Amino acid sequence: MKISLIKAKKNYRGKIAEIAASPATQNKFMSLGLYKGREIAKISHFALRGPVTVKVGRSVIALGHSMASKIILELE
Amino acid sequence: MINKIFLIGNPNVGKSVVFSRLTGVHVISSNYPGTTVGISKGFFTLGEEKIEVVDLPGTYSLESTSRAEEVAVGLLRDSPKETSAVINIIDSTNLERNLFLTLQLIEEGYPLIVVLNMCDDAGHRGVDINAPLLEKMLGVPVIPTCAVTGVGIKLLVSRIKESCIVKEKRLTHEERWLKIGSIVEAVQKLTHRHHTLREVLEDASIRPLTGLLMSVAVVYASFKVVRLLGELLINKIFDPVFFNLYQPLLMKLSAFLGGDGFLHHLLIGDLINGKIDFRQALGVLTTAPYIEFAMVLPYVVSFYLILSLLEDIGYLPRLAILLDNVLHRIGLHGFAIIPVLLGFGCNVPGIMATRVLESKRERFIAATLISIGVPCVPLQAMIFGLLGSFGGFYVGGVYLVLFSVLIILGAILNRTLKGFSPEFLLEIPPYRFPPLAILGQKLYYRVKGFLVEAVPVVLLGVLLINLLIYTRSFDFVTGIFAPIVKGLFGLPKEAVVALAIGFLRKDVAVGMLMPLGLSAKQLFIAATLLAMSFPCVATFVVLFKELGFKNLVKATSIMIGISLVVGGILNFGILR
Repeated sequence: MKISLIKAKKNYRGKIAEIAASPATQNKFMSLGLYKGREIAKISHFALRGPVTVKVGRSVIALGHSMASKIILELE
Repeated sequence: MINKIFLIGNPNVGKSVVFSRLTGVHVISSNYPGTTVGISKGFFTLGEEKIEVVDLPGTYSLESTSRAEEVAVGLLRDSPKETSAVINIIDSTNLERNLFLTLQLIEEGYPLIVVLNMCDDAGHRGVDINAPLLEKMLGVPVIPTCAVTGVGIKLLVSRIKESCIVKEKRLTHEERWLKIGSIVEAVQKLTHRHHTLREVLEDASIRPLTGLLMSVAVVYASFKVVRLLGELLINKIFDPVFFNLYQPLLMKLSAFLGGDGFLHHLLIGDLINGKIDFRQALGVLTTAPYIEFAMVLPYVVSFYLILSLLEDIGYLPRLAILLDNVLHRIGLHGFAIIPVLLGFGCNVPGIMATRVLESKRERFIAATLISIGVPCVPLQAMIFGLLGSFGGFYVGGVYLVLFSVLIILGAILNRTLKGFSPEFLLEIPPYRFPPLAILGQKLYYRVKGFLVEAVPVVLLGVLLINLLIYTRSFDFVTGIFAPIVKGLFGLPKEAVVALAIGFLRKDVAVGMLMPLGLSAKQLFIAATLLAMSFPCVATFVVLFKELGFKNLVKATSIMIGISLVVGGILNFGILR
């Protein structure tokens, strides 16, 4: 089972199953430590297609709504 | 032999602080990614040798994704590896993410030294890094430092010559992360600790409800403090100095000059009932210093104090998250709030900070909106000083008009400009509390920068105006524009001079309005126009540099068009 980062509940922790984005965006994600197989935790989600914040390792990263929708998590 | 040192690292790891420590050259540092958008250069001496130090904008990897990153990576690539050293600065509280760039630098064969910065903060957060082991695993020198207090800088200097090239094969990104995982596993020990108040606040500020409440409180408190501190400085320091010490001196000079004549007109200006009125005299020694020191400077000090504090604590990126949604509607994303806030101090650094935005389209929108809808502190201080006496309603009105223009124009630009605006992607830094000395230093340099830029222009400007008024050279220009200014905006023809002076400096321009005896409505319209229409010459130059000639013309036409429309609407439609 997979779930998009947008749909995941807050405080959900899971591994990234897939990043459905262009190579350029994938690269950007990669350098921030967001890549396939990496465990991340969703912190919050802002209403009205607002940004999503996640915790990756020791950093907190904010992603715009459509960027967040490209990250697919594994649902355990 | 090394003659050049590059400082490179992820955004917001303290490169600029290390740079200041090494070279003694002060550069602005803050607690958010992307403070440094340009390249700073300085020198430091190592024994007999003079070595150039280059502070590069922060980058997460050697594959650049923004213009600022492109510049950093390009400069590094073009420099000969034999005569340069690369200092890679790492945030110790976030070793894992930082090592990505470090490994890339090693793989590319740069002569490297690694600096584990912010080691004090890492300690507070229960992060312990075994530096000698890391040195062994990476194969390059690793030096723990705390740049804000200066710990470790001496050691860094003494080991600069040990920077070395390690030949490693190039890894794929995935392999690199795997390797980082094993390094971090070996060198980093985490002690689990209870959540501190700081961590609770960090968390609360990035959740919708608590974040919104916090932002309202922070923004409100900031406005209040800037206002109160500014007034306090005026009432307790600057006004007493001007009225009790300076004025008697000037009265003597006035008497000496005979109370009239050309020189008196230039230096003192016109006496009102035999007395010097600092607000209306328009002399080089009276109104010019009064505007800069007693009306504008106090607010410059209080504004930059609060801005610097918010910057260094690391609150601004959190504000960016909250505003991302709104800014999306005008073709920008959350991070654009930082150039906008800087623009409230002075449009010049604000527009320069738009470099952190990735696309040309965003940069054009942001720069245009800043130069139209964001009034700088000198202008705001004068608006408060002048319109304030008619009541807060008018002052609030100016902001309301500017804000509406900003939103409407932004929405129009977003719909009509080609291309799309990239999405928001930002690392949110932890809260940090800067040592007071660092904060004071930053405030000192910003205020000094303001004085150096402003005072000569204001003095010369007022001198020039006085000469032109005295020789009646303005009458020609006034005659040409009078129909628009009178007919469309409902202002007296003398206001043409003030609006024209706005190109030189906005605060002097508002100052020129003081002796005209305008009604509240006229003053309101004039102040709004001054804010929206042409930017001052310094802003103009930086707009040209950042946008290029074609886009400058485009932005300028938008400014003029909007000013005509809004000025007319305010005169005929809203304010009867």
